[in-house]
Amino acid sequence: MNSTGDDRAASRPRQALRSLGVIGAMAVIWEAAKIMFALPSYQLPHLHEIAADFLREGAGGERWFWIMAQNAAYTALESLIGFALGGITGLVLAVAFAHSRWLERGLLPYVVASQTVPILAIAPMIVVWLGTSWFSKAVIAAYLTFFPVTVNMSRGLRAVDADALALMRALSASSRQIFFKLRFPASLPYLFTALRISATASVIGAIVGELPVGSRYGMGVVIINAAQYYNWRPANLWAAILVSAVIGILFYHAVAAVERRVVSWSRTAPAI
Amino acid sequence: MASPIIALDGVAKTFESRAGATEALRAVSLAVDAGEFVSIIGPSGCGKSSLLRIVGDLVDPSAGTVRVNGKSARQARLDRDYGIVFQTPVLYEWRTVLENVRLPLELAGRPSGEREQRPRALLRLVGLEEFAGHYPWQLSGGMQQRVSIARALALNPSILLMDEPFGALDEMTRERLNQELLQVCAETAATALFVTHSIAEAVFLSTRIVVMSPRPGCIERVVAVDLPRPRAAKTRALPRFFELVTEVRQSLREDPGLAGDPPRPGGPGPR
Repeated sequence: MNSTGDDRAASRPRQALRSLGVIGAMAVIWEAAKIMFALPSYQLPHLHEIAADFLREGAGGERWFWIMAQNAAYTALESLIGFALGGITGLVLAVAFAHSRWLERGLLPYVVASQTVPILAIAPMIVVWLGTSWFSKAVIAAYLTFFPVTVNMSRGLRAVDADALALMRALSASSRQIFFKLRFPASLPYLFTALRISATASVIGAIVGELPVGSRYGMGVVIINAAQYYNWRPANLWAAILVSAVIGILFYHAVAAVERRVVSWSRTAPAI
Repeated sequence: MASPIIALDGVAKTFESRAGATEALRAVSLAVDAGEFVSIIGPSGCGKSSLLRIVGDLVDPSAGTVRVNGKSARQARLDRDYGIVFQTPVLYEWRTVLENVRLPLELAGRPSGEREQRPRALLRLVGLEEFAGHYPWQLSGGMQQRVSIARALALNPSILLMDEPFGALDEMTRERLNQELLQVCAETAATALFVTHSIAEAVFLSTRIVVMSPRPGCIERVVAVDLPRPRAAKTRALPRFFELVTEVRQSLREDPGLAGDPPRPGGPGPR
């Protein structure tokens, strides 16, 4: 009866094999497209050119894979702090909204409006206000992170089964007990759906936060520089894009791994 | 004569909505004595579920009074006099079977020793001890409903409120659970109020059957069930059993839906 855990464990190697296959197929399509449309390297470099870029020596004498790794770590840290900041903000807003219709009606329009403003326009202002340190980047990451959490979680807190609530009432539970023993655990699947979206958004936010002038570290800085020298070394920008994507993917999977542990009771928990 | 455990006097319920007012219950008066097993039967929409929820203080009556254990229904609820079982098991899916049964003890702030032992004893009572560590979705519908009954008994309530608890189960499971329920009630000495769609189930379980008329629901007739106790599988073969089934069926005026005991439209499905 309780065999799902074993099934999952058994399918792990097969799953890894499958994703390797997908990566291989994408590489073939990439190179085929380059030949078929006769694309020059400044439009689409060879994959081996991108790979070689990681081994090239940078201006400071360090190899690029090391430069990339340092900047990626910096961006990842900003994203993580922003993710935590935004997650907590989103959670607090969701709980407040679930408790008070009045508060929700008053604040929700502004929460929505905050997300319609292009982040590219706001980022430089936040950097001007908070300085060019990691903190301003984390705040920008949080800005993109909190919204999915607020929207999904306030829905989850409300979407509690009527009879599950009636049971609490019949047992004369306090509103505190109803929150911690029913509403909150019942909305965990909603929370994690939001956190998966937020995980990738927080990386985007951190990178966007690194774009304005004055920043010195992070993938955003690497991307800006690589874009400036694109005509000479197109592979460098592609390598930077690849590294940025990998950060986002790792974040997503980290959240999914936590989700599998926390929401292990749910038979609807997604496998990936 | 001791005063009744549940006393309803002139209870009425009208639901207000944009479409207008719907009169669900009209002038229901009923007294239930300690240790009784009273079934409420009637056609769909006769307000029998509402009546149960009014007794449990989950819905307020529009008129009339409800006294439970000599106090108001609200006070009885606050004193945790009720154990409740719904149409669906309403198990919290993030809790194991054992933790679900423990929930009422946690809410009532019972000491940890009781919180450890009582749920295990209750699971033994409903024959699910070996499933204590399972999650609800790993259990069949009938097993889930047994967990729900164990949970309802956790605080040793004086009154069990059951709203068609076996309505979604197949006939064989239902008959087995009927038998188990009677044993559980005998062991716990709880008074039961039981809403059902099934005439045979009502006759088998009850000391009295309250037959309700269609909307607005009011008491059509109360049938005393004089079958010998304890009841067992052979009870269903007694001539008196069939007489009572027929009597209840005739009391249910013009409701063809009840004869075959059909599945409820929009009723509980697998969760």
